[in-house]
Amino acid sequence: MSNFFLFMQQELLLTAIIFILLFMKLSTIEWKTKNVLLVVNILLTINLVAGIFIKGNGSLFGDMFQQTELLRLEKNILNLGTLLISLQSYNWLLKHKHATEFYLLMLSTLLGMFFMLSSSNLLMFYVGLELASIPLAALANFDLDKRRSSEAAMKYIMSSAFASGLLLFGISMMYGVTGTVSFAELQTAASDQPLFLFSFILILAGFGFKISAVPFHLWTADVYEGSPIAVTSYLSVISKGSMIFAMTTVLFTVFGQLIFHWYNIIAVLAVLSMIVGNLFAIRQQNVKRFLAFSSISQVGFILIGVTGANAIGQSSVIYFVLIYIFSNLAAFGVLSLVSSEKGKETIDDFKGFYKTNPLLTWVLAIALFSLAGIPPTAGFFGKFFLILAGAGKNNYPLITIAALNMVVSLYYYLRIIKAMFMDANETPIEKVEMTWAPKLSMAICVAGIVITGIASGAYEYIYSLVK
Amino acid sequence: MNLTLLLILPLVFSLLLLVVKGPKQVRLVALVAAVVQLGAGLFLLMQFLAERATNNAAFLFESNHTWYKALNISYHVGVDGISVAMILLTAFVVLAGVLVSWKQETMHKEFFFLLLFLSLGAYGFFISLDLFTMFFFLEVAVIPKFLLIGIWGSGKKEYSALKLALMLMAGSALVFVGLSGLYFNTSINGVHSFDLLEISKQNISPALQNLFFPFAFIGFGIFTALFPFHTWVPDGHSSAPTAASMFLAGISMKLGGYGCLRVATYLMPDAAEHYSTIIIILSCIAILYGAFATMMQTDLKYINAYSSVSHCGFVLLGIGMLTKTSINGAVMQMVSHGLMTALFFAVIGMIYDRTHTRQVAQLGGLLKVMPFISSVFVIAGLCSLGLPGLSGFVAEMTVFMGSWERAGAFYHTATIIACASIVVTAVYILRAVGSSIMGPIKNNEHLQLGDAGWNEKTAAVVLLVGILVMGIVPFWLTDLINPGTEVIIQKLGSIK
Repeated sequence: MSNFFLFMQQELLLTAIIFILLFMKLSTIEWKTKNVLLVVNILLTINLVAGIFIKGNGSLFGDMFQQTELLRLEKNILNLGTLLISLQSYNWLLKHKHATEFYLLMLSTLLGMFFMLSSSNLLMFYVGLELASIPLAALANFDLDKRRSSEAAMKYIMSSAFASGLLLFGISMMYGVTGTVSFAELQTAASDQPLFLFSFILILAGFGFKISAVPFHLWTADVYEGSPIAVTSYLSVISKGSMIFAMTTVLFTVFGQLIFHWYNIIAVLAVLSMIVGNLFAIRQQNVKRFLAFSSISQVGFILIGVTGANAIGQSSVIYFVLIYIFSNLAAFGVLSLVSSEKGKETIDDFKGFYKTNPLLTWVLAIALFSLAGIPPTAGFFGKFFLILAGAGKNNYPLITIAALNMVVSLYYYLRIIKAMFMDANETPIEKVEMTWAPKLSMAICVAGIVITGIASGAYEYIYSLVK
Repeated sequence: MNLTLLLILPLVFSLLLLVVKGPKQVRLVALVAAVVQLGAGLFLLMQFLAERATNNAAFLFESNHTWYKALNISYHVGVDGISVAMILLTAFVVLAGVLVSWKQETMHKEFFFLLLFLSLGAYGFFISLDLFTMFFFLEVAVIPKFLLIGIWGSGKKEYSALKLALMLMAGSALVFVGLSGLYFNTSINGVHSFDLLEISKQNISPALQNLFFPFAFIGFGIFTALFPFHTWVPDGHSSAPTAASMFLAGISMKLGGYGCLRVATYLMPDAAEHYSTIIIILSCIAILYGAFATMMQTDLKYINAYSSVSHCGFVLLGIGMLTKTSINGAVMQMVSHGLMTALFFAVIGMIYDRTHTRQVAQLGGLLKVMPFISSVFVIAGLCSLGLPGLSGFVAEMTVFMGSWERAGAFYHTATIIACASIVVTAVYILRAVGSSIMGPIKNNEHLQLGDAGWNEKTAAVVLLVGILVMGIVPFWLTDLINPGTEVIIQKLGSIK
């Protein structure tokens, strides 16, 4: 029993927060939204801080659930991202009638992700994945009076169900071939047998859908555009990040010996994601759609790191997700403020933004430079290490394509920078007023972008855990 | 001397710029920053010369701190004579750049901040002895240029800024592939390293060198206007504000030349020999094409921009010829071109500020109304065409002599072709200077124009001093860079 509390602290803490919120909702006291938000943010901060300091590794439920230092770190990264999104959505949620429900759904998905990450059994993994996916569809529909939001939810649930179907089909077939769903046993049972490989590819396709790698990306832009910005940010960094964590664990440990097969598949997915994501991002006018396609291209870069298939590769991927959380959330933070306060979302709207909002412009610019991989921002280090991990396999055509894709991506990131700093606009977005929460969130993101790269501690720590 | 000081100074001052208020204070902080940087550069020179008298190490003032232990990346810095020369060049150009931007009206704080940030990138690049650190600083010096041109530039500034940023980043991407090739194909006790000195001790097979050399050389070459990747130069230079043009041509293009020499040639000597012919051919095309293209230009900035393509061709020619004299010449040409072209752009900026035109046809007789500016313009022009006593002459002559040393009809023909460009240079320089400065005043409004202010005079004098010192006592520079070149030549010696 003591082990139960020791190993599952992060999950239990999250469950406790969910229950506290539930009681707040069900109690007879009428909570003001402002107070609810304050309580939630404090609870999420406690959750993050506690997650960092608590220790205790081991396994539970007949090895179905495992806890390691690395998994704790991954969960803490997701906790951090969730807190940042929560702070950024402050202004939007303040005007929303269902703030508590928003958090109930969001934290449920986070709990699902935690279970998914900790699973060492395909069934547990699948259950975690579903808990992480289904509430997300409801979240996508959270702009209750907007049709586009409902459409986004519809698209998300359909594609998510399709992905789950593929995954489940793969899992059941794999069980059929090997007679086991345990990671440890699968590791030894993995073979070149065609049916096993087929089931493995189906599982891989399931992953592909969830991380929106090309050609499984078709849902991404529409869902990102239609969902409220807080949900879009959550989808793009937390949901994707957790899936990437899970994917590296599964590929590197369970199917590590099949690398000769999956290396080529991942390399092709990486190239396609980078190129298609970039080409479509260039064409976008809506910033949310733009960030959707740019995130597809970022997944391509992450997959280059995955092809590294060693400690450097895995730590680079985790490190990049951390940086990606800071960078993408800084960008979404600005967008969220502008969208909720002024209702503007297109690149043209951002013309002349620097004249009226210099501070926010710099935040967005730093975020975009980081996403583009420009030093001294952390994004530079993140991308450098990912591509370096890929280069370890001596596949120089692959990393040349990746390096050149960084140039293409720079083009479209600079397009927004150009609009903000250089383009004239007679009616630029007026000064955006900020409350404490988004300010704090953006300060954390910018500090993260500036410090995480130059101070090598974060990478070194991740590497020490992976090794 | 602790070389990190060269990074701390611009960083501290650029942060200080963010907190001060009002244009006067901003200017003052920028000026103090530039003066202190130059002071640090001169102090470094003195310390370097004193230390070298007793220390024979290839790189002095080395300091090595682990940065990313897992990947064996270090913050490893150190300087040889070549780096010291480049650092001094940077300090001179930055000071002149700040002075000519004295009256910068819009967003002055951001302007000087970006300028200082650029210098941080350049200093970092020149002192790095770790390929990752070097690459980091190379890229640090790209994006501020985009903003400087895009925000404060003129003409089709947005197009030029974007083109410049994308082409330079493409160069960086190629450099990255070259560097990672070096990283993964060398190891010390089974551990890969980015350390330049460690890699230089490794035996990389000629086949691998031949594979990765083009990536590194073309990548760095793009920064220094390697033909046919030079097209960002005219657009970027002509659209940039004066100080940014000075920085671009004066320092930024030198990052490429320095990288071609320090990374590509030094670390991959077999490949440098293997590709020598191609480099020489491309350099000769750049030299001649740049010169002829300049003849066709009517805008002073375009004239200087295209002539930069030609002059930087000498840098690459010197490196491609692989003799000690030619490499010395290449480094001297880097310094000379840096000073000269910065001066040229500064003067063109001064003329434009007053006349609001850069078209040669609309200028004329400026000597009468602005004698100081016109005189400096003439001197810069004469330096460009290689008049003895000025830096351009010694640099180009050294390249020619070094190139001629390489035996063989091909090398001699290439040298003659390169020499022939001097005639073309004389034509366009004399025509530009003559039409703008001499003769009657073409526009009566120009009669009212004033001459240079104190800041402009100081900026010009700072650069002129450099040009004259190098022209009159070139052996000071040669003595400074010679041991550095010797180290590179020793690596090449084994294959020639």
